[in-house]
Amino acid sequence: MSEKQGTRQSRIRNFSIIAHIDHGKSTLADRILEATQALTQREMKAQTLDAMDLERERGITIKLNAVELNYTAPDGETYIFHLIDTPGHVDFSYEVSRSLAACEGALLVVDAAQGVEAQTLANVYLALENNLEIIPVINKIDLPNADPDRVKQEIEDVIGLDASDAVLASAKTGIGTDEILAQIIEKIPAPAGDPDAPLQALIFDSLYDAYRGVVVYIRVVEGTVRVGDQIKMMANGKTFEVLEVGVSTPKIENREELSVGDVGFLTASIKSVHDTQVGDTVTHAEHPADKPLPGYRKMNPMVYCGLYPIDTARYEDLREALGRLELNDSALQYEPETSEALGFGFRCGFLGLLHMDIVQERLEREFNIDLIATAPSVIYNVKLTDGSSVRVGNPSEMPERKYIAEVEEPYVKATIMTPNDYVGAIMELCQRKRGEFQTMEYLDANRTNVIYDLPLSEIMYDFFDILKSSTKGYASLDYEMDGYRVSDLLKMDILLNGEKVDALSVVVHQEFAYDRGKAIVEKLKELIPRQQFEVPIQAAIGQKIISRSTIKALRKNVLAKCYGGDVSRKRKLLEKQKAGKKRMKAVGSVEVPQEAFMSVFRMSHDD
Amino acid sequence: MMINRQVRRGAYIHIPFCDHICYYCDFNKVFMKNQPVDDYLDALALEMRSYGADGLPETIYIGGGTPTALNEKQFERLFIDIKHYLMSPSIKEFTVEANPESLNEAKLEIMKRFGVTRLSVGVQTFDNHLLKKIGRAHEAKDAEDAIRLAQEHGFDNITLDLMFALPGQTETVLHESLERALSLGTPHISIYSLQLEPKTIFYNRMKSGSLKLPGEDIEADMYGQIILELEKHGLHHYEISNFAKPGYEGIHNSMYWHNEEYYGIGAGAHGYWKGVRYANAGPVKKYIEHVREQGNARVSEHEVTVTEKMEEEMFLGLRLMRGVSIEHFNEKFGRPIEQIYGKEIEQLKAQGLLHERDDRLALTQKGVFLGNNVFEAFLIS
Repeated sequence: MSEKQGTRQSRIRNFSIIAHIDHGKSTLADRILEATQALTQREMKAQTLDAMDLERERGITIKLNAVELNYTAPDGETYIFHLIDTPGHVDFSYEVSRSLAACEGALLVVDAAQGVEAQTLANVYLALENNLEIIPVINKIDLPNADPDRVKQEIEDVIGLDASDAVLASAKTGIGTDEILAQIIEKIPAPAGDPDAPLQALIFDSLYDAYRGVVVYIRVVEGTVRVGDQIKMMANGKTFEVLEVGVSTPKIENREELSVGDVGFLTASIKSVHDTQVGDTVTHAEHPADKPLPGYRKMNPMVYCGLYPIDTARYEDLREALGRLELNDSALQYEPETSEALGFGFRCGFLGLLHMDIVQERLEREFNIDLIATAPSVIYNVKLTDGSSVRVGNPSEMPERKYIAEVEEPYVKATIMTPNDYVGAIMELCQRKRGEFQTMEYLDANRTNVIYDLPLSEIMYDFFDILKSSTKGYASLDYEMDGYRVSDLLKMDILLNGEKVDALSVVVHQEFAYDRGKAIVEKLKELIPRQQFEVPIQAAIGQKIISRSTIKALRKNVLAKCYGGDVSRKRKLLEKQKAGKKRMKAVGSVEVPQEAFMSVFRMSHDD
Repeated sequence: MMINRQVRRGAYIHIPFCDHICYYCDFNKVFMKNQPVDDYLDALALEMRSYGADGLPETIYIGGGTPTALNEKQFERLFIDIKHYLMSPSIKEFTVEANPESLNEAKLEIMKRFGVTRLSVGVQTFDNHLLKKIGRAHEAKDAEDAIRLAQEHGFDNITLDLMFALPGQTETVLHESLERALSLGTPHISIYSLQLEPKTIFYNRMKSGSLKLPGEDIEADMYGQIILELEKHGLHHYEISNFAKPGYEGIHNSMYWHNEEYYGIGAGAHGYWKGVRYANAGPVKKYIEHVREQGNARVSEHEVTVTEKMEEEMFLGLRLMRGVSIEHFNEKFGRPIEQIYGKEIEQLKAQGLLHERDDRLALTQKGVFLGNNVFEAFLIS
């Protein structure tokens, strides 16, 4: 190692920010960018790291981002900071763990009023597993209901971190930013590693660029990667020639090489993000490392749903759009499927519900394709009476009951952190959702972790909404997959106007079938507008109708008023009505609005 | 026979002032108090002059707001200006909207003197309880008195405005209103179902959940009841919301439905002239400023495309029970209607919403109730 490289390496600090949604992660990132003058005020868009509109709207970060910042400390030394952003949702916890693995330290941002939340806790555990130095930051201390002393105590009691040096900050006003920067330099260790060792670079993100191919975001752990190097992806052995390496400041800056401790990108004419799996290790083709970095795991979709264009003529557009999204989203899977009710579409697999929502919204917004999404489903393992077994991700494909020996469904281990007052309400909720109580952990005088095993399908429904509403928003949820278990599950069909609509079929637990059938039928009655004829809605298990309701026929909709010659107003009303119909799908002779397909899922079993 | 090549046209004049704002009203209107009414009338005169120079209208319709809210001096001045700029000896119809509480002998006398041929009286309902509930300033008896007074002054061509599907209105209450309306012997009745429009008191009440309206089924039943009862008394149903004794159909409003052109004069008025649909500035002060500065108050103009014209021909024309003449359409647009709307017409016929009779396309009984399904189908884009 040259002396220069040694000095440079000793001044690198790699860190992430861990925070619950709304606790101020993006705002703090903005303050750090400002302090290091990475961007002029004019260039600053509020919350710079959240690039996609969708992320900005939802206040969450989906795609990871890393920036290199030069910070001149008050002592005159210049340090190289790499700030690595992490997604803030449980669907993406694996990605979070990989971006944390690219760091030596993390800022733990906790809201001074709200305190530690379950998801923060989960991410702190991920950080501790990766041996990160954690700097607690108590944010929003300027809020009237801020209680930093209580939150400090919480951090010590709940997480077990020493919070005596916790920074009291307001990312919004800039209070505490200098102290945070000082602690980053002082507490987070410089990266260890040998720039001359065989290359080991951790992939923590990648995205597809139409001109450059896949841009791979890496953290160099050992060795050095240079333009022109032949590199190898250790998971699949594919090799590529490096065309560019560089960093984002956040402007793109190309470099000659990236060495130990550097966080940046490389491009190598890679055609698909499927070759650059998050967590994989990049090494040299000719002098490969002995083994990959630990922790790589292939991500499998947990949730499936059917996506269909409302306008059947746009099937090919949808295929193309999915292909484009897939370039950038290695977790997205899709294959063609056909529905009697909806025609040609795709069965798509997602990491979780948020991932699913994001893909749908992007298809509608970026590609302008109006979609019908069927209710999401988990994958069931179905053992048949003939001894064979099938995996079913589409409820309408669930075999008839007489052929089924048993059905297994995926379970999760759910950790719900709650103020003590709501433990009863949460246990009641979990029981209703077929949960099995595991244990309770008393975190401090006020709070408890309630741990349940729950079917994943139940978490997918309105679990989180009910949890929030029955605990005044105080409880928070984290979960991890916990294998498959046998359950007494059945397929329920929905009939509109006497015809079975495959896209509305759901899998339900025997015990809840009647209530669920009734609720779905009522909900559909509410959502499907009156047609020119009466439309019966039925829920059936096998041949047996278990619930029924009727949408009355449309009687009158004629516009009465004259509007004093304002014809444009009449026209607008009619155009609006027509546009509304375009967003409906004709199922047989019944016009069904988009949201009805989702409603069988959105509604709870028991409301 | 002389061929009259002159374009048919009407003139709508808007008086946006009210002493009182009704809970359902979303027309362009303001409380009269402290408004620059005289300046407004000045501006109207300027606008009338500029349109009048383009040719005199066959019909004039003064609507509001509340035209009769003007005091007698202002009222007379309005008619002097109209006489000056818009009146022609061959005028076919001259309608003024009047509210029962502000119609008096002096105003009737003025209107008679200036050639008004038709009055449109805003009655809404003859149920005092309901009148109060919808924010009207008069009682049932005031309406009857006003109409009788007008009849005594020689106005026999009077139309009543009524409403149905009002909050708390039952079919019995509606029946009583229809009976009282009919007993006045007016040759024309317009009847509109309550429509909730944004920026009205009712709309806000609905949003807050404190407004209970009869449902769609009751509304449909009421509409059926209205058609039946009025037809029985010789008022034939000639347009979705309009009923008349033969020969008393509204000429001015029929022009809208025949997709003909009209001047729109006054704040927020809409006009259709030389192929352009336009809207005037709505706020009174803005309107006055615009007219002073540029001679008119148009704030939006849209040249109607051929496609739009065809669409309008259909969704306006089908409001009339006699419907749209196929021959007229083909001539007007130089293309057979089947070429443009063949598929839609077949579908609507199959759904029982439209029928073809004597070269005319018209709504069926079912189509009258579900008119929006029919109108919508004729939008091409």
